[in-house]
Amino acid sequence: MTIRLACLIVLLTVLPGPAFAAERETFDFAYLLRDDDPAYAQHRAYTGLSLRDRQRPLAGARLGVRDSKAIGRALGFRFGLREETLSEDASSLARIETLAAEGIRVFLLDLPLAEVTELARAVANRDLLLFNIRHPDDTLRGADCAPVLFHTLPSRAMLMDALAQFLLKKNWHDVLVLEGAGAADKTLSTAFQASARKFGLDVTDVRPFVLSNDPRQRDQTNLPILTSGVDYDVVFLADSVGEVGRYLPYNTKDPRPVVGSEGLLPDTWHWTWERYGAPQLNQRFDKRAGRRMTSEDWAAWAAIKVVVEAISRTKSGDVPALRGFLRGDALTFDTYKGLAGSFRPWDNQLRQPILLHTHNAVVVRAPLKGFLHQTNTLDSLGVDKSESACVMP
Amino acid sequence: MRKMRLLPGLALCAALLSASGAMAKGTGLVFISNEKSSTITVLDVANQVVKTVDTCARPRGMHFSQDREAFYVACADDSLIAIYDVASQELLGRIINVAEPETFDLHPNGRHLYISNEEDATATLFDLETGEQLAEFETGEEPEGVQITADGRLVFVASEAANLVHVIDTETQDVIKDILVDTRPRRFALTPDEKELWVSAELAGIVDIIDVATLSIVGDVAFLPAGFRKEQVTPVDLLITKDGARAYVALGRANHIAVVDVRQRKVLDYVLVGKRAWGLALTADETKLYVANGLSDDVTIIDTATLKVVTSVPVGLVPYGILIDDH
Repeated sequence: MTIRLACLIVLLTVLPGPAFAAERETFDFAYLLRDDDPAYAQHRAYTGLSLRDRQRPLAGARLGVRDSKAIGRALGFRFGLREETLSEDASSLARIETLAAEGIRVFLLDLPLAEVTELARAVANRDLLLFNIRHPDDTLRGADCAPVLFHTLPSRAMLMDALAQFLLKKNWHDVLVLEGAGAADKTLSTAFQASARKFGLDVTDVRPFVLSNDPRQRDQTNLPILTSGVDYDVVFLADSVGEVGRYLPYNTKDPRPVVGSEGLLPDTWHWTWERYGAPQLNQRFDKRAGRRMTSEDWAAWAAIKVVVEAISRTKSGDVPALRGFLRGDALTFDTYKGLAGSFRPWDNQLRQPILLHTHNAVVVRAPLKGFLHQTNTLDSLGVDKSESACVMP
Repeated sequence: MRKMRLLPGLALCAALLSASGAMAKGTGLVFISNEKSSTITVLDVANQVVKTVDTCARPRGMHFSQDREAFYVACADDSLIAIYDVASQELLGRIINVAEPETFDLHPNGRHLYISNEEDATATLFDLETGEQLAEFETGEEPEGVQITADGRLVFVASEAANLVHVIDTETQDVIKDILVDTRPRRFALTPDEKELWVSAELAGIVDIIDVATLSIVGDVAFLPAGFRKEQVTPVDLLITKDGARAYVALGRANHIAVVDVRQRKVLDYVLVGKRAWGLALTADETKLYVANGLSDDVTIIDTATLKVVTSVPVGLVPYGILIDDH
């Protein structure tokens, strides 16, 4: 044993190492996911069409780690990603505890909303960082906020505000809202109406629609009927399932554009975004993942990158230091959308531009030119400090 | 084996040209690479467009050859370096299999090209005579600016997405240091005494100043033209005058050039130019500064004595770099 050890020591001192110190501190991120997650189940419409299938943003996290290779070398860290799959009965809290015991401190949560809320509460006083890369829900930034939870995906309020700014700029003041039957549709419609109020748009009516062929229900199924009898410049569609809403453009009684779930959509990222270095990021992603980069991919990528940026500026992997840096005003994170990102200290939401896009082009980037704010124009999108329901100790 | 291919029929031409060895007099022509239209716009001494040359796809970085009779153009989307004759703008040859080159610098030996490969997170060394890749260096993501010292000993490469300046020792052919700089480093300028390396940090809105002896940051210069917010100032290209007194910095989306007192590290003035000012070039006598405005498809020419704009000339789509043949 000692001879082997001695040989090893001799070898290590004799062999020429790289120009840098060979010892590098391992810093692993953990990505938690459930293998039976209904959000990723294939949702096939009646005739087998895939309208709203989602992909796990794991590829985004992997790219973030890959992109950080060189800076890891410069800082003396070796960054890695632990992909942690939870089966049906497995407890995510237990898994976090196990990983934390191994020294892992940063967790990307690809888990259902209720679980994310619960986890943030459960580990509230621990030296950990949790990243919400999946849920735009405003409650998670409001009443259910937690100091340990950071959001790189924009909130629904930010997305709807971006759309509202666009409508105001275009002078499309009168908006007809069509709302699907599901809870998600109601949430979307409510969020848009709040943004409409915030920016002074006039919602001329809110009308429900259903998926049905029953002629007795044609008031809620026939799109020309649904869009007549009221004045509007534009139709906002709240349709998370997509089966009805996809027929709305070109079916409105009056010739009017459609925004929201069809037509012009607000997102944090788009595969056709061409400015500010975006093609490089999109191509890197496409090359490795074999598909287009989605908003959630970007959010997962961003979660890794902001932590690496915090490590590079604080020169430590220590969570209190990282958390302090993330919530401070020294963070300038390259969002690849032209403006530097930073976290809002009142709710830990990453400030960022929003892209308004069609199926193959980004029409405009929000915040739109002309919308001002006393400290940061990015805060014209989403819930501002004075309006926040988040109370953090 | 990566070879240089000479176009048939022009091989003799190239041989004759290089054999002439005469001192390049300077045609006075200005070459501007247009990355979106894949062309080079040629201006004459009166700032008139005299020719538009179709190039390989997405031409960006450009450089004169050592004897200034030819110039090299990096074409990212065709993964090659094209070689053009200065006087006639004829294509003389190509170096192929160069991965997505963005910019590059020529070693004082006149034969080695250090190239940043934008999408490969590498910088590569190519031999101009054989067309062979001699070395590859691992960098951070999106390497862009390349700067070689006058003695050819050190090569600096900036990795935009990793916030690093890599230092390559050409003798050991190794990356000897990665310097952490501010957000999104793009391009370089060395002071004439080569004691300071200035690097633009696009997203931080500043220029970092690195002491070359210690390879560490010793200062910075911040920019803020009137009426702009800090986040709108995105410095990219920079030049330092031959006497080391002044620097010109293109401020990107702030649509201005900053004029900087190098020793004081202070901004002296701002000059309004076109949209998204990136590329810069100075005439040999340094009386005129040319600015490539990427998003107004034109080039602005500034009189450096008065700091007034002389004219702006429409060129191709998304102009990137500028070469002036007047040495």
